[in-house]
Amino acid sequence: MKNVSDLTIREASDLLSSKQIKAQELVQAYLKSAHGQNKKLNSFITICDDAALNQAKKVDKLIANGQKLNPLAGIPIGIKDVFSTKDIRTTAGSRVLENYVPVYDATSVYSLNNANACIVGKTNLDAWAHGSSGENSDFGPTRNPYDLSRVPGGSSSGSAVSVASGSSLAAMGTDTGGSIRLPAAFCNVVGLKPTYGRVSRYGVIAMASSLDCIGHFTKTVYDNALVLNVTAGEDGFDSTCTAQKPDDYTKDIEKSVKGFKIGIPKEYFENLDMKIKGLILEAVKKLEKLGAQVEDISLPNTEYGVATYYIIQPSEVSSNLARYDGIRFGKTREKFGSEAKRRIILGTYTLSSGYYDAYYLKAMKVRRLIRGDFVDAFKRVDIIICPVSPTLPFKLGEKVSDPLQMYLADIFTVTANLAGVPSLAVPCGFIGDLPVGMQIIGPDFSEKLLYQVGYAYERETKWYRVRPEI
Amino acid sequence: MKKIQKPEIDVDYVSKLANLPLSNKEKGLFEKQLKDVLSYIAKLNEIDTDKVEPNSHITDLANVTKGDKTFPSLSQDEALKNASKTYNGFFEVDAIFEEQ
Repeated sequence: MKNVSDLTIREASDLLSSKQIKAQELVQAYLKSAHGQNKKLNSFITICDDAALNQAKKVDKLIANGQKLNPLAGIPIGIKDVFSTKDIRTTAGSRVLENYVPVYDATSVYSLNNANACIVGKTNLDAWAHGSSGENSDFGPTRNPYDLSRVPGGSSSGSAVSVASGSSLAAMGTDTGGSIRLPAAFCNVVGLKPTYGRVSRYGVIAMASSLDCIGHFTKTVYDNALVLNVTAGEDGFDSTCTAQKPDDYTKDIEKSVKGFKIGIPKEYFENLDMKIKGLILEAVKKLEKLGAQVEDISLPNTEYGVATYYIIQPSEVSSNLARYDGIRFGKTREKFGSEAKRRIILGTYTLSSGYYDAYYLKAMKVRRLIRGDFVDAFKRVDIIICPVSPTLPFKLGEKVSDPLQMYLADIFTVTANLAGVPSLAVPCGFIGDLPVGMQIIGPDFSEKLLYQVGYAYERETKWYRVRPEI
Repeated sequence: MKKIQKPEIDVDYVSKLANLPLSNKEKGLFEKQLKDVLSYIAKLNEIDTDKVEPNSHITDLANVTKGDKTFPSLSQDEALKNASKTYNGFFEVDAIFEEQ
């Protein structure tokens, strides 16, 4: 048998159902890896041995009884520490919540537990999901398993790293401006930012409510679809979560991409690092060979994405973080770290009397134009392919003293959040030892299509087999 | 339509609005850093949005309501579990008004 840390969910699930491995053995191996690597990588804030093993024990019983289970049953998963988990400490990566133990589960956590997935731990993140590097955590930075001197990308840093390093087979994350796609690209894993409203936000500590999307990381595209099959769907506790029925995301995933029209938006390739550009265009060529058609398109308001985002997001952050008063739960407001404080100040300013029209209202208007770019593009093409990041994973410390430079790391990812459309980050090769990812973006609720394209490409390349040496 | 002005942010005043205590060092640092961010944001002035309707969220959902039914919720003990101070089954807070 393969080394357990090299398994995919699909393979592990087959081994479990055919009784070649016990869920307790599988989970034990992943817990061991999580503990063993945490000193180096710092990808977990809390490791949940007892909860994970109890769940695994239950799964072994169900399998022994011949029950038909969800493919996620017995699968070790990580949960970004911004999802409420009943009786498991949830810190949001901040000292404000260092002792907070939720009394209920986020809807997505509830669904995963119901599918009998085993939570191995709560993963590290930029505090309150504010950051692009994973360095803003009050519990110390997470490191990139492909090069320990570099950042793994943020804010869902620990989730991406736990999957990449074989400490979980899937991990939940949140994506408000790129917080799943960027770490996915930096760590050679698949990351989905679903359509806004596809997955319930209930019980996930809110950052910017009109932008927050709940997604996840896996090694492969197929595995990613398996997780969305569990998390997608209506939720009475989140009124922005759509009643539109989710698809079966693994169905038709192997269908050909013949005849699909791929748009290449010129704004994302101008001035792009030549090597990154080369890898992404090579990936597009692979899809062309499989029968897809390629068309040059324009998303003219792309250059206003970060400016628009850095009005809307801090404004909503300042409002959402107003609830942390140290009275009902958590500690008092001076415990906030620098980045949260900076965003509270910026957002309070842009919403304050006399400035609201010039900033927030203006940004909401430009947001409509940015969404319009995508709506128009999808009249001509089925999907759009573009880079995730303008750079390779950067060095720890390189951008920490210059917030604007850090914010610009999100230049290619914020637009999908502003427009609300889904985007799948898929590994597309290496420059030296460092991974590069591309985005496959589609119209609202087209996750099934994104998986189909991602799967076709991945089958040709299998970058997930290039594992880090830690 | 108001234009984004030359960025001037009174961090001291805004920190009071936000009920967020800051050290003098933080105030100085944020003022400088946020001026950079606000200068960058000012590029939105380039776009004419006079005839554009604002877009606050992207779903077409409106007036989502639930049936008027009761269902189990947190117990009082659970709701108070994480509070730093409680009194007789309530959250305890510092006095807001000064005594006469």
